[in-house]
Amino acid sequence: MAYKIMAQGLDAAGLGRQIQAHPGPVEVVGCLGQRFIGAGMHGKKIRVTGIPGNALGAYLNGGEIEVCANAQDAVGDTMNAGTIVIHGDVGDTVGYAMRGGEIYVEGSAGYRAGVHMKEYQDKVPVMVIGGRAGSFLGEYQAGGVILVLGLTGSGPIAGNFPCTGMHGGKVLLRCRPEELLFPGQVTALPASPQDLDAVRPYLEEFCRRFGKDLAFILNAPFTLAVPDSRNPYRQMYVAN
Amino acid sequence: MGQWEVYPEFEVVRSSARCTKCLGCVAQCANGVHQYDGVQLTCDSAKCVDCHRCVAMCPTRALKIVKADCALRENSNWDSQTIKEIFKQAQSGGVLLSSMGTPKPYPVYWDKLLLNASQVTNPSIDPLREPMETRVCLGKKPDKPQRGPDGRFTCELPPQLKLAMPMLFSAMSYGSVSYNAHEALARAAEELGVYYNTGEGGLHEDFYAYSPNTIVQVASGRFGVHEGYLNAGAAIEIKMGQGAKPGIGGHLPGTKVGADISRTRMIPEGSDAISPAPHHDIYSIEDLRQLVYSLKQSTHHKKPVIVKVAAVHNIAAIASGIARSGADIIAIDGFRGGTGAAPTRIRDNVGIPIELALAAVDQRLRDEGIRNQVGIIAGGSIRSSADVAKAIALGADAVYIATAALLALGCHLCRTCQTGMCNWGIATQRPELVARLDPKEGAKRLVNLMTAWNHEIMEMLGGMGINSIEALRGNRLMLRGIGLTAKELEILGVAHAGE
Amino acid sequence: MIRPELFEGQVRIPSGCAISAVISREGRLISGQTIVDSMRPMHERSNGLGGGFAGYGIYPEYKDFFALHIFYDTDEARAAVEAHLRAVLEIVRAENIPTRKHPAITAEPFIWRYFVAPLRSVLHSCQQDEEEFIARLAMRVNTGYPGAYVFSSGKNMGVFKAVGYPEDVGEFYRLEEYSGYCWTAHGRYPTNTPGWWGGAHPFALLDRTIVHNGEISSYDCNRRTIEMYGYKCTLQTDTEVITYIADFLQRKQGLTLEEMASVIAAPFWSTIERQPKGKSRELAYLRTVYSSLLITGPFSIILGFRGGLMALNDRLKLRSMVVGEKDDKVYIASEEAAIRAVEPGAENIWAPAGGQPVVVRVREGAY
Repeated sequence: MAYKIMAQGLDAAGLGRQIQAHPGPVEVVGCLGQRFIGAGMHGKKIRVTGIPGNALGAYLNGGEIEVCANAQDAVGDTMNAGTIVIHGDVGDTVGYAMRGGEIYVEGSAGYRAGVHMKEYQDKVPVMVIGGRAGSFLGEYQAGGVILVLGLTGSGPIAGNFPCTGMHGGKVLLRCRPEELLFPGQVTALPASPQDLDAVRPYLEEFCRRFGKDLAFILNAPFTLAVPDSRNPYRQMYVAN
Repeated sequence: MGQWEVYPEFEVVRSSARCTKCLGCVAQCANGVHQYDGVQLTCDSAKCVDCHRCVAMCPTRALKIVKADCALRENSNWDSQTIKEIFKQAQSGGVLLSSMGTPKPYPVYWDKLLLNASQVTNPSIDPLREPMETRVCLGKKPDKPQRGPDGRFTCELPPQLKLAMPMLFSAMSYGSVSYNAHEALARAAEELGVYYNTGEGGLHEDFYAYSPNTIVQVASGRFGVHEGYLNAGAAIEIKMGQGAKPGIGGHLPGTKVGADISRTRMIPEGSDAISPAPHHDIYSIEDLRQLVYSLKQSTHHKKPVIVKVAAVHNIAAIASGIARSGADIIAIDGFRGGTGAAPTRIRDNVGIPIELALAAVDQRLRDEGIRNQVGIIAGGSIRSSADVAKAIALGADAVYIATAALLALGCHLCRTCQTGMCNWGIATQRPELVARLDPKEGAKRLVNLMTAWNHEIMEMLGGMGINSIEALRGNRLMLRGIGLTAKELEILGVAHAGE
Repeated sequence: MIRPELFEGQVRIPSGCAISAVISREGRLISGQTIVDSMRPMHERSNGLGGGFAGYGIYPEYKDFFALHIFYDTDEARAAVEAHLRAVLEIVRAENIPTRKHPAITAEPFIWRYFVAPLRSVLHSCQQDEEEFIARLAMRVNTGYPGAYVFSSGKNMGVFKAVGYPEDVGEFYRLEEYSGYCWTAHGRYPTNTPGWWGGAHPFALLDRTIVHNGEISSYDCNRRTIEMYGYKCTLQTDTEVITYIADFLQRKQGLTLEEMASVIAAPFWSTIERQPKGKSRELAYLRTVYSSLLITGPFSIILGFRGGLMALNDRLKLRSMVVGEKDDKVYIASEEAAIRAVEPGAENIWAPAGGQPVVVRVREGAY
């Protein structure tokens, strides 16, 4: 049974102190815009009802945050480990500079999801977006895996300029390659069964979290986008 | 020479009378200027960057490097540098990339400001015998002191950085400079009671030992940023911009990302380390507040947060916004500041001088009644203790020093850091070059330099009849301009000499 | 004729000085003659370009009203200021300050005093207490009304100052006709010829007055800091900025006199660190919070206020200051001779250390 923290009347710092003070799982009730929930924490299990403020789980270093509503901007900013689950949509720049851990979004993500996501050794961050993604998906991406499933919402599965500046990692979108315009330094091809097998555990986890049907999800074409080079801009300079 | 080559800028001159063919120069030059075919020693001057490593290491002083006298026809408008740059771009199609601060002849206002001294009406102070304080506490000061129920002060302050002298080593990432350079800076900072700054490349595991004297930087690439890193630093610096390249991100080429740098930055070996131009979670001033407080929250409000910005046209308003965004300290980097690599055109044409930026910021913060809410660090080509004293009199709490520190470590300002072939072991990741910089000796030289500057600052303070550095801060009556226009004097907030 | 650009406030004029003070701990009244006489032996410390006095307890019949002392250059200036005063104040008495013709005091302005109280309705509408209102009013007149200068604005106290030697200034103002429980005095030695009465000392804001000897080296650091908090330094004098600092630290920040002393004459860090832990922490705290209000360079000051005074030297003790006592009276002056001149039998003569505040208070209820 989670320890309940009533968020009403608490500011971000006060709420942070209460979360930090309680060793077991906590439930933040009636959240309304308090920022930085779980920021820089590890080993905590936090459930949030109400609307959490920006930078939820920034620098998260382990543990789990579950939000039973939409979340705002900068979820999982510079996250290093742990899991964030959002039963709703997320705002802009979800998973900015994320290096490890997993983010599961039931709904859609705003602009610049996964911007500058990177990986290092055993740290391979994963972000699964059940709905659609805004423009600049995976901008500057240097590592990790982004999955966009297009299960909710309408229109293109991702906005304009996906994967600009991408130089590592991969993006899998539940669509055909020709549905999106990728930049020159990225190769986008129909995903192979092996490509899908590699991300199957994340899809299973997504289905488990949100009660979705894996077979239904897989019964559609997928596109895999990967960069051609880890050094995309080498030719741009001349020593002076 | 081919049709599209120009005559080299420098000539390496070897005195055959003095040369003993010890071949030290061949071993020392990573650029391959000196070659030995078993009989004859030859020089390919085209490869020379004028770093003076071979000159310094030649045991018989047989080498010198001179400016080539093979010149293009003189032209004040189309000077030879401009012409050569056009040749390079016509050849390569590339963006010109340069290193260190701009060499262009922009005004250096430090050299147009003069300090005061006491005569008769109040006494000068002898710093060798009388107490003379240069300690600085950098950080937010409360608007009103708080007392407990017993009427005594609670003595609780927002986190402060305590400096034994008003100077810190500014950000240089591991990657842009070498492991040994970082070690020298860390050791010196510890011994001096000041701070060095990791730059945006993370903190090497070996240097956590120096964390009480370390400022950890968070830049747009977030390299090496994690919970342990944030909590390791004495302060956290958010890098919004750099004087040498305002508005431009960073780019460490994959060739420089070896195993050790890969570990420190937490990115794969050989992968480019790209820092986006903006922080993608900061598109507006209120977003800065979000990043500042997310860092504070993650470090339990125990670390001061520095926001570093490049000096740009609207710097006073920007600084005011930063002060209101929860930052404890603002670092302003003037456009003459150094860099490991920056597009030439940006470096030489974007931003404003630190002197004007600092004066404008200090005055604006005072006009708005919030100068006590932030510390100010000024950087971007602080070349001597006189520059330090003048910066403090204009309104800085302390200064950032980088190029001068690199010079102390052996840099000869050849401005080719971007090649990664630094013969002095500073701006390189090649193990055989890095080994040339002894971190202990380097630390000693840094300590020497800073200690000497601190003594000189005390001498200048004593001359002004001031015995504590804080009484010089913003004390613009101690400055006079020389050869400045009325507008320049107005912005600097100083009177002209003779007034 | 002095060129206006050399007036106080147009240029910064360093000056040396003599200071003196006398106070009765029992609140017994002391004739103004006493303080005038104490200044005579220190004639050589002044150069005839400024002298002044502050007396406390001198207006008992109007003790609940602010006494505004104002210099006017012209009748027009007076008309303009009085129109403003009438709009916001209740004026219970307005008069010329009585003077006598003195051969050494010339070119006098019109010198007026008013006993006033701010109108309640005005205080209510601008949400200020009466002290804040009067302080702002004085600064507004001094910056916004050419030819008018408020040089005293406290309750049951007054400043009297002029261009001249202090003893002549005392005679000019007929100070022997006043008596008060505390007096401070100043003789000035400016480096050039300001020739303006407002530039003489003491400098006053509300009931705080400062007489000061020495030229501080932290001036512009202190000025630019205090101006952040709504003060306007129009005279460019050390005394002015020190008065504002005292007003700010005491009235607005709630510091005690001793705490204020450890801000403006803060102990060296090495001294702070040798104190017992609690004390050390407090001193370090104050020094960190108010680092820009540290005053460096030579100064000895006497801060007068309602019910007491504080004398303080700079932390290196670069100026002289002597304290003596006799019965209920305490004397403080730049030189012992100034004390002996009015109390030959003074006892316990001592020189306070640098940064050591000497606080003398009148017994509660006796003033």
